[in-house]
Amino acid sequence: MIELFGITFDYTLRNVVFGAAILGIVGGVIGCLAVLRQQSLLSDAVSHAALPGICVAFLATGVRSTPILMAGAAVTGLLGALLVLGLVRSTRLREDAALGIVLSTFFGFGTVLLTRISRTGDADQAGLSSFLFGQAASLVATDVVAMAVLGTITLVVVAVAFKEFKASTFDPGFAASIGLPVTGLSILLTLLIVSAIVIGLQAVGVILMVTVLVAPALAARQWTTDLGRMMILAGFLGGASGITGALLSATVSRLPTGPTIVLIASAIVIVSVLFAPGRGVAWGAAERRRTGRRVRAEWADRAERHQLPGGNDHLAPQSSGRLPAPVAEGSGR
Amino acid sequence: MSFAVIIILTGALTAISCALVGSFLVLRRTAMVGDAISHSVLLGIVAVFWLTNGSRNEILMAIGAGAVGLVTVALIELVRGTGRVREDAAIGLVFPALFSIGVILVSRFPGTVHLDVQHVLYGEIAFAPLRQLELFGMDLGYRSLWVLGTMAVINLLFVTLLFKELKLSTFDAGLATTLGFAPVLLHYLLMGLVSATTVIAFDSVGAILVVAMLIVPGAAAYLLTDRLGIMLVIASLVGAFSAWGGYLVARQFDASISGAMATVAGLFLVAAALGSPRHGIVVRAMDRSRLRRRFDVRLLVAHLAGGTQVEDLPAQFRWSAAMVQRTLDRAQRQGFVTREPGGTFRVTPAGTDLAAGTGVGSGD
Repeated sequence: MIELFGITFDYTLRNVVFGAAILGIVGGVIGCLAVLRQQSLLSDAVSHAALPGICVAFLATGVRSTPILMAGAAVTGLLGALLVLGLVRSTRLREDAALGIVLSTFFGFGTVLLTRISRTGDADQAGLSSFLFGQAASLVATDVVAMAVLGTITLVVVAVAFKEFKASTFDPGFAASIGLPVTGLSILLTLLIVSAIVIGLQAVGVILMVTVLVAPALAARQWTTDLGRMMILAGFLGGASGITGALLSATVSRLPTGPTIVLIASAIVIVSVLFAPGRGVAWGAAERRRTGRRVRAEWADRAERHQLPGGNDHLAPQSSGRLPAPVAEGSGR
Repeated sequence: MSFAVIIILTGALTAISCALVGSFLVLRRTAMVGDAISHSVLLGIVAVFWLTNGSRNEILMAIGAGAVGLVTVALIELVRGTGRVREDAAIGLVFPALFSIGVILVSRFPGTVHLDVQHVLYGEIAFAPLRQLELFGMDLGYRSLWVLGTMAVINLLFVTLLFKELKLSTFDAGLATTLGFAPVLLHYLLMGLVSATTVIAFDSVGAILVVAMLIVPGAAAYLLTDRLGIMLVIASLVGAFSAWGGYLVARQFDASISGAMATVAGLFLVAAALGSPRHGIVVRAMDRSRLRRRFDVRLLVAHLAGGTQVEDLPAQFRWSAAMVQRTLDRAQRQGFVTREPGGTFRVTPAGTDLAAGTGVGSGD
């Protein structure tokens, strides 16, 4: 065992750290594409839609094996995403309603199955309800291996199709005109979102998975305008918040993993939106103040040189901090 | 009254309260804001529990939740207003954070907050028959019916008294502003009521399934009608029948009642999406294929009138021989072409008229 920051690095904790790192990195990278394409809430719907799949997979096989549950989650998650698309395309419902419908009815069906499983008194059920809010401490080595395999595949796909994703995200018209399969890429991205969500199910849970995708991407977006750098940074921030949250939750009693990771990731977003150089809110406010000072000084200087009629009082800074409109010569005559 | 009736009535009143305000969320394209509110009210409930030493007073909770709901809407607006984050991402950022704080408080301090995670997710509608409302020492009957009945009446009054204002600001916010209505005020009023309804419904159906009750009946009704008043009635009916059906399903399978209600509501929606007489997928598909067939006949007749030979049609239109045959048969049945004894086709006067309408092949 290795001691690190006073935390004993035993078997469980090692799984927790690796698992959280994988889900944070994959979620962060995939989340960049989801956020930039304004599909943040699709990931929320997909992750809720994963719940019935987990239950069906368990009911069908009777074993709580991570790869099987992941497969079930992926199937209903993808079904949910396609249903959102289908509702938007073939009915008069808008995307927001379609997302809400899929999210709530799939989740409702999932709770029916979940309560059904729990009332048959199956001892394994305790393992299933941890999929709601996540329980990083329940990760075992084979889970982490499954997550790592799926995560690697996902990241490789992003790396291989990076150029294509970039083009179809920022300029779908251009991408189509040079012959890229834009619809195919959208479906591929939905698949990648599903796989990122499936990776995080056990540690973060279906309800809060959306943050793992959205928050690191939002934070990274504040610091850079380059998609590649944004993805790397989001992966790093996602991994960092995942590890921190999972460690906290595994060491402090009664601290659910999902919510802890969510709060850490959200805090990173707040700091980034406020203070990121060049783009942050605080940066913008300081920039405005500097500009105001410069303009006021310029005007005072100009007034001194030209001695406008009626004195220069109107050029003194007002309580509003704004300059009054300059008085034209001969006005009011 | 039997337990079953109390539970079904509680569920139906929940669903009707939600459907009345939820329909407007669907129409205003803010369904996911309703989702966000229904998650974050958990924080309001926990806060009220804490501040009042574990009170379950519904009025206090509705006010607390109303406040948190408005804070949620304002926060989403604030994040979006920085210009750094788009609306969908703002929603996806704000409500999980607020919900997480609520969940952590619930799981860290189960002693002070009489809530557990199961309750947060599923509600406890099954306990509705067990609680009575006592006021001034008098037993007034089932508490849940009083509370949800009051909420349903408040929402009904809201949508009937402000019907004109809601209608105008929902369908034409610009005109509403011009005419001196206050759509922004109305928006926040609606969001406040959504929050209050959510927290009242929370007890019965839990945080996430409230979303089903808010959005799904309204969406199903929207697929069935173009009139706002009728939509509200249909949404309430769909909600009430979902509650009833959900109870039966849950009894049958010994599972979560609220989850079953959401599932049944989803089935209603699928039925409406497929079978709606005007906007349904089936009707629209039939319309499309009828239009396509009619167009095919006109195209064929016009080209025959213009002198194209039947043998050339497959190559010209890239139609299969069977397709040409089907369309010829159809045109013949409709009296636009007749078959000559020699096996050739002749365009009838009606066919010539049809062809003239298409502008193809009719030089004269």
